[in-house]
Amino acid sequence: MEKAINITLKVWRQAGPKAKGGFETYELKNISTDSSFLEMLDVLNEQLVSERKEPIAFDHDCREGICGMCSLYINGHPHGPDAAVTTCQLHMRKFKDGDTITVEPWRSNAFPVIKDLMVDRGAYDKIIQAGGFVSVNTGGVPDANAIPIPKKDADEAMDAASCIGCGACAAACKNGSAMLFVAAKVSQLALLPQGRVEAAARAKAMVAKMDELGFGNCTNTGACAAECPKSVSLSNIARLNREFLCAKFKD
Amino acid sequence: MWLVNSSIGRKVVMSISGTALVLFLLFHAAMNLVAIISEDGYNMICEFLGANWYALVATAGLAFLVVVHILYAFYITMQNYRARGKERYAVSARQADVEWSSKNMLALGVIIVLGLGLHLFNFWYKMQFTEIMHMAGASAGDIALATDGVYWIKETFSQWYYVVLYLVWLGALWFHLTHGVWSALHTLGLNNNTWMPRVKCISNIVSTLVVLMFASVVVYYFVISLI
Ligand code: HEM
Ligand code: SF4
Ligand code: FES
Repeated sequence: MEKAINITLKVWRQAGPKAKGGFETYELKNISTDSSFLEMLDVLNEQLVSERKEPIAFDHDCREGICGMCSLYINGHPHGPDAAVTTCQLHMRKFKDGDTITVEPWRSNAFPVIKDLMVDRGAYDKIIQAGGFVSVNTGGVPDANAIPIPKKDADEAMDAASCIGCGACAAACKNGSAMLFVAAKVSQLALLPQGRVEAAARAKAMVAKMDELGFGNCTNTGACAAECPKSVSLSNIARLNREFLCAKFKD
Repeated sequence: MWLVNSSIGRKVVMSISGTALVLFLLFHAAMNLVAIISEDGYNMICEFLGANWYALVATAGLAFLVVVHILYAFYITMQNYRARGKERYAVSARQADVEWSSKNMLALGVIIVLGLGLHLFNFWYKMQFTEIMHMAGASAGDIALATDGVYWIKETFSQWYYVVLYLVWLGALWFHLTHGVWSALHTLGLNNNTWMPRVKCISNIVSTLVVLMFASVVVYYFVISLI
């Protein structure tokens, strides 16, 4: 196995939300194949700083695949060519010596570019604020085993809850649809008794907010689930449709 | 109205109108098969489903479904294009489990409409339309041939270019339906992890069945015309 590779990076640079952006090309030598994609960008940024150039702005936080901040569109795939990992978990050993790697920000009308590779994903927060919660009265903590929950439901709820809100689904979707994210959030709560109570109102409120923010209409192409770093399943979208339709027919 | 204003509502309209059209196609294709089994039998059906009120109301309903499906198709595709934003990706790769047809539903739909236009001209115009005009007192077309479906089938499919055009049309329909049928079920919420492979299988079976039934008549009468 190679220990170090030389690569060419084509990176989207854009000074601000309104500025016109374009690709810049950078040559990188001796990148360890053990480094993560973000560490490779750190090396590049060090290089740019030492040349007194503006470093590349990109989002990141935990660097261990749980926060959902990292968000790079690498060689035509959100979070890169590897399956079921976030950008921060992508390793340089997935690339070959001499490769040209194109790095772009998420592209979606509802995710405007802030700077370079950084986009504003506040739209997802607004959808959560519209209904992605359970209302509870404060008081004593109930016993965890007081409400029995079938293992199958608990498992499905946990799988849906693994969504980290990264936005790769909308970024991958040819329709700019946020359905996988909304479906994951609606499912995770609708499957459990605590969230069931408000399930109908939640589905309506979150879908209404999603539409208002300008996300597209889902046509079930499945690019979202294929690119999701947490492998959230497409079936959640069927559940969201079901929840939404039942809620509408009850009205 | 949520069937217009909400994204899922709009998809439900696509799904219901699409499913109704699929059911019609199954019915239509089954009747066409009769033309292979018995020419007289087929002409009897043509007479029965000529310009009587039931058939006319059903035709109008069908036309309404097609118009709704197409209007929504363009509306949804336009909205989705806009949702993608002004800047496009410089590099986009395809994912292994994303069907090609699912990304080209509108283009496939446009081919289907063009084929439909040709088909209406080849058959409907010369059959039901002629009957309607005669009932209205005009003397368009040849009324004697208006219920002679087999005559028009032979007339059309003895020409090789019509055979090619119809087969291309049916090909586009096949691609549209392999995605369309399971997508319609998914849109109505009738899917889960267990059923996902099954609905996709049902989708492939239904589309293949519809297309094979139609295509067999085209090919059969083309071969007949050669010998
Ligand atoms: C024989 C005629 C047709 C049949 C049987 C048919 C059937 C269907 C079905 C079952 C769906 C899936 C609905 C859903 O996903 O909820 C669909 C979707 C769609 N159809 Fe058609 N369709 C036909 C003609 C057309 C035409 C003429 C156009 C456009 C000019 C068109 C454009 C679309 C589009 C854009 C979609 C949305 C993609 C999607 O939802 O997956 N279709 N069609
Ligand atoms: S569903 Fe997957 S791709 Fe979409 S926001 Fe959640 S983790 Fe990211
Ligand atoms: S930086 Fe937290 S998931 Fe990648």
